[in-house]
Amino acid sequence: MDFLRNLPFFCIMLAMFTGIVSSAVSGRAARRLTLAMVTAVLVMSALTLVYAEQAGESTTYLMGHFPAPWGNEIRFGTLEAFLALYFAIIMLLSVLGGWSHAVIDIEAGKENLFYVLIDLMMSSLLAMIYTNDLFTGYVFVEINTIAACGMIMIRQNGHGIVAAIRYMVMSLIGSGLFLIGISLLYDVTGHLLMVPAHSAVEQIVADGTYIVPLLVIIVLISVGMAIKSGLYPFHSWIPETYGYATPTASAILSSLVSKGYIILLIKIFYRVIGFDTVISSHVLNALFAFGVIAMIMGSVHAILQTDCRRMIAYSSVAQIGYIYMGIGLGTKAGMVAAVFHLLTHAATKSLLFISAVGLYEVSDGRTDYLGLRNAGFRNRVAGLAFSVGALSMVGFPMLSGFISKYLFATAALEKPHKMLITLAALIISTVLNAIYFLRQVVTIYSGRPGEAVSTGRFIKEAIAESTFSERFASIALVLLNLFLGLFSEVVINLISRGLDLFA
Amino acid sequence: MSRIRDNYKSSPAGRFEAWYKDGYDPMDDRMDIHIPTQTEEDYDPADVIAELDLEDTVYDRTANRALRISGYIYKILSIVLCVVMIGVLIWMVQYLPAFGQPDNPVNNEVSARYIGSGVQETGAINFVTGMILDYRAFDTFGESCVLFIATICVQILLRYDEGEKDPENVRRRHQAATDRLFEPKNDIILQKVSVVLVPLLFIFGIYIILNGHLSPGGGFSGGAVIGAGLILYLCSYGYSKTERFFTIRTFRIISLAALITYCLAKSYSFYTGANHLESHIPLGTPGAILSSGLILVLNICVGSVVACTMYAFYTLFRKGDF
Repeated sequence: MDFLRNLPFFCIMLAMFTGIVSSAVSGRAARRLTLAMVTAVLVMSALTLVYAEQAGESTTYLMGHFPAPWGNEIRFGTLEAFLALYFAIIMLLSVLGGWSHAVIDIEAGKENLFYVLIDLMMSSLLAMIYTNDLFTGYVFVEINTIAACGMIMIRQNGHGIVAAIRYMVMSLIGSGLFLIGISLLYDVTGHLLMVPAHSAVEQIVADGTYIVPLLVIIVLISVGMAIKSGLYPFHSWIPETYGYATPTASAILSSLVSKGYIILLIKIFYRVIGFDTVISSHVLNALFAFGVIAMIMGSVHAILQTDCRRMIAYSSVAQIGYIYMGIGLGTKAGMVAAVFHLLTHAATKSLLFISAVGLYEVSDGRTDYLGLRNAGFRNRVAGLAFSVGALSMVGFPMLSGFISKYLFATAALEKPHKMLITLAALIISTVLNAIYFLRQVVTIYSGRPGEAVSTGRFIKEAIAESTFSERFASIALVLLNLFLGLFSEVVINLISRGLDLFA
Repeated sequence: MSRIRDNYKSSPAGRFEAWYKDGYDPMDDRMDIHIPTQTEEDYDPADVIAELDLEDTVYDRTANRALRISGYIYKILSIVLCVVMIGVLIWMVQYLPAFGQPDNPVNNEVSARYIGSGVQETGAINFVTGMILDYRAFDTFGESCVLFIATICVQILLRYDEGEKDPENVRRRHQAATDRLFEPKNDIILQKVSVVLVPLLFIFGIYIILNGHLSPGGGFSGGAVIGAGLILYLCSYGYSKTERFFTIRTFRIISLAALITYCLAKSYSFYTGANHLESHIPLGTPGAILSSGLILVLNICVGSVVACTMYAFYTLFRKGDF
């Protein structure tokens, strides 16, 4: 049983090892290796979760022979293990759902490189979840950024390259701010490991020395991570990136990459700076304000789009806004709601991107929302999956989106001076969500069942192309959504216990 | 009169003046600048330019008024943001601990142990190497993977495969080829200098890597020196000579072997460390060339990865191939 504490370390190393090996094999073999690796990570994370639940406390694991302030460390509790498990599930389903398109979108001979990127992305996400060291966090943020860039530009048309450049510039600004923040933190605390850095920060707060640098550090780290995860005024890279990348890349980028940064930010808030210090610095109010603006503006932009995937991408801007609004409430209930919404969004956005592409397949390659008319009848699985995803985003009961909106609303009640704004933003944003998502859902089911935009022969071939794995991934993600909606009590308990272990 | 002028022109002074006034090239007829002709390589200069205007074809700024205006606003806001950022950072610097004071927060038990017992614990005389390859080896593995993934991304963007069938890619391969034909080849100065310098650079790079645990240096710096040597050799002698010992196959084998060795060696070390097992790796006598346990091996791995990465970047940017 005690052997299980090695598993998080095995997961990270296995992912990196697979990435290195994949660079030397064929595309098909690389894909199988990746799928095997992600499945192994999934199983190991599940066992880690069992171990963490039984231990009831967080476990620190030395990466080397030297303890806390000297050597690297990883650390895992309930929440970390659960997030690793969840991210592995989403990663597996995204790869399964999009690989038939990846074969078409990627130049011949470079397919294995795409899976190298996915492997290293997985390792960096795991390391960002598990790390107990600020600089390890930064190194893996770097890997994550470069891997994401590669995933965007692997589809080498004009849009892909421009999107990759935009993403790279914005993301590097974010990394730069984060790095400056860490350097300053090291300058005033003298530590990079989270536990000693936390006690040094507490000392600083008690003594009142270096209060100004501490404030700047909190601002720099928050803004850096906000830029990287695409909070509203820094969202300009999102529509291009999610809208034109290959479907697997869109699903992974929207549902995992931006979430990894948010997890790291939450970790730094709780484990390094201390949540009370963050609250008293009023930085959270800024995050709250931008989150609320993002909720409204993202949805307004989404209504203006005609391209279906760009619309989903702008909806991501709004959903990231929800998460930051939850963090910005500055209460534990708000944080639980934010983490829950993070899970909701991860499941729903990957579902939407994969099923939207399933609808494109049967619509003669048209991508505008009117071009998808009747597509729900032509590809029934994709139509069903898209409808479930859209209803979940709108907040339909039984689906996960409803629970996260409910959690946000109840969390807002604890904060009298933010309550009215939060509730108003939730209502407006829900209405706007309903406008563009239901418009799309109605469109894909409108018209007579037999009506088609193109010849019957084309449709038959296209449905044959929509592989079994794509349908499997869509249905699995629908079930995941239902699970989060119906058994939310379990997940919320888990999150709240995990957050207690953070502090 | 004209006769004197002729003599002057052919005299050393005349030649000096002509060279000084930019009318004469001492390397005339001795350098092989190969100017392509249309028949040899049918290319269209517009093709090369078309790629540069990528952004304009994707987003037509001249036609889209809203995009143009938001572009202006964007520029102004960026400048304002930069100025604010600079102001805040400068204002904050005065509250930071003064530079180089003994009682600064960074002078704590962490650096004390690195300096005080680093030699006994890691076996490396060079503290920095001991720190990055033993105390914080996980971060350094991450850094090597950053280099690795950067090469992967450059390959995705720039590599052209020989067996390419897609006409669009064949055309792009052609475009890249036209760029290369203008480059000078067989430059005699470069060749003579590199005869002396390249062996020195290789030996010096190997020295830096192997002595990484004893003296300043290590895998990153030594690898960079070897990479520079490879690039210099390539510049002066061209691909036909370099490909005799360095192809994409060599690159793959070296970087794969180095990273896998690093991964397995450090996995073993992390596993034993975390489970409080004996690692059975002798540290040796500090100061000897064969000492400090895994650090020497890791330095060689990091050095190979860095050298390969530098060479790969250069050749991918120049040719899109190895």
